[in-house]
Amino acid sequence: MSEKLLDIKNLKVQYKSGNVPVCAVNGIDLSLNKGETLGLVGETGAGKTTTALAILRLLPERTGLIPEGSITFDGQNLLEMSEEDMRTLIRGEKISMIFQDPMTSLNPVMTVGEQIAEAIEYHNSTREGEEKIPVDERVNEVLEMVGIPASRKDEYPHQFSGGMKQRVVIAMALACEPELLIADEPTTALDVTIQAQVLAMMSELRDKLGTAMILITHDLGIVASICDKVAIMYAGKIIEAGSLEDIYVSKEHHPYTVGLFGAIPNLKVETRRLSPIEGLMPDPSELPSGCYFHDRCPHCMEICKHEYPDVYTDGTHSIACHLFTKKGVQEDKDE
Amino acid sequence: MVKYTVKRLLLLIPILLGVAFIIFTIMDFTPGDPAIRILGPESSVEAREQLRVELGLNQPFLIRFFEYIKDIVLNLDFGESYRTGNPVFEDVFARVPVSLTLAFSGMVLATVMGLPLGVYSAVKQYSKSDSFLRVASTVLVAMPTFWLAMLLILVFALYLGWLPSGGVTAGWMSYILPTITVGVPYGSKILRMTRSTMLEEIRQDYVRTARAKGVPEKVVIYKHSLQNALLPVITTIGTSFGAIMGGSVIAESVFNMPGLGQLIVLSIEAKDTPCVLACVLLLAFFFAVVMLLVDLFYAFVDPRIKAKYSK
Repeated sequence: MSEKLLDIKNLKVQYKSGNVPVCAVNGIDLSLNKGETLGLVGETGAGKTTTALAILRLLPERTGLIPEGSITFDGQNLLEMSEEDMRTLIRGEKISMIFQDPMTSLNPVMTVGEQIAEAIEYHNSTREGEEKIPVDERVNEVLEMVGIPASRKDEYPHQFSGGMKQRVVIAMALACEPELLIADEPTTALDVTIQAQVLAMMSELRDKLGTAMILITHDLGIVASICDKVAIMYAGKIIEAGSLEDIYVSKEHHPYTVGLFGAIPNLKVETRRLSPIEGLMPDPSELPSGCYFHDRCPHCMEICKHEYPDVYTDGTHSIACHLFTKKGVQEDKDE
Repeated sequence: MVKYTVKRLLLLIPILLGVAFIIFTIMDFTPGDPAIRILGPESSVEAREQLRVELGLNQPFLIRFFEYIKDIVLNLDFGESYRTGNPVFEDVFARVPVSLTLAFSGMVLATVMGLPLGVYSAVKQYSKSDSFLRVASTVLVAMPTFWLAMLLILVFALYLGWLPSGGVTAGWMSYILPTITVGVPYGSKILRMTRSTMLEEIRQDYVRTARAKGVPEKVVIYKHSLQNALLPVITTIGTSFGAIMGGSVIAESVFNMPGLGQLIVLSIEAKDTPCVLACVLLLAFFFAVVMLLVDLFYAFVDPRIKAKYSK
């Protein structure tokens, strides 16, 4: 169970835009064991999707670059693999991805059956000597698995509803039984009842197939219901990570995490307004000095403005904040 | 699909009636007397008057128009040319093969040139070859046809002596230069259109999905993106075909080819109303049929449109 599947070390991703590089991911460490589910949480623009695209090496060819870091998957450094190997051995075969918007992530002029079959066929053709997956049977099987009658495989995406399309996308991603599934906000574009259905189906399939999963979301409720581990991203950094208990039960938190939880409506207490985190995430092309969160942080200290905090760890729980690493020099004015 | 096609074919009737009415009116408003054209400026007033009665030119405008349409519908009679005296139908149809051949070969060249180069240019966006193709296609779109035609004649007919400089007597050889003349500018247009729609498509989410499931890049480009990018390109090809049919006047003049474009110019100069009307009606008919084919072809490219047609 505790066999390491994915290990990301000091990953940095930049986008070229004009003269200044846009630093979308600024040195993150992540690891995931086989069969585990990691929730990657953060605001829009925190670098969650960029991280996912970097794992699959699908960053925009001309503008996206990875200046530093390593992504080790099953013992291989993905960043050093050839494009051909990435395509034949990794994408769709060992790592699959589900994208945010099911409305646009299917090709409108191909039947859903063809699109699922494609994922299988191209990997079959590179499987020399090994057993090939029977395409037609497998297409029927995965469609049934996500709750779509196999008879509908000759229909086109426009004949399906949003939730059904997302099921097709999931079927496509699972067609080759990948070891890792990256789901990038799989339910954001769906309405709440369909969200619940799709999530329930995803966790059921994950348990059945033993697939590890990275779930990218900004919904802390979803994370609590299906993840084992959580990593919270802010401005391209992981500011807090840990097991589900570490994040939801523990008393010690990064001020940003506290802010995130504060922004969730509490049904038990009557409140007239939600308390948002004041300010905006820094512009990734001009990151501030020190801790990236310091100008929004209610506990900001002098040191926070100059020095990026070290990571404080307590068992599985890790927090990148001066409040915990330099407890002695705390000069908190708010408390 | 069948119902849709029939509906579209029936729609041709009002379209052609409208076209006929507009051309008839314009020809009637323009100065010049057909009787003088036919009999010559030296003819007597009585002779002209008699001819006008014979041709029905002394009738009111609407009655003449009605008679004209009636003759076409009942007898497929487009009248006689004022210029040559032959039935217009014969004069016009004698020229159709030349124009059709030129339009067809021109479009084939334009498509074969524009489509693959457009895809290439989009895939290699901002590369040197893309910049070259963009500049070249802009120059070729903007280049006046007559100038391109004369350059081609100069090089291939005069200096090299490989190809005839005009006429249609040398068989397919004589179509090569005119085909290049009409095809290359439209090819550049198709290239630019393909490039821009492809650029839009290769950024779409479904293309990323295809890449994420490990589809080879060639398939991503030619199967996934191109099929989606094809619709506007097909429209361009269709309208270009219609435009070449009637609009290759310059190419036909420079290369001295007896096509429809040349006939229209001659007939307008001679105020040969029946001939102008017949030519324009025929071109409108061709254009409408090509556009219908384009619309039907959409259905094969895009299942969503097919679904709409069958409703």
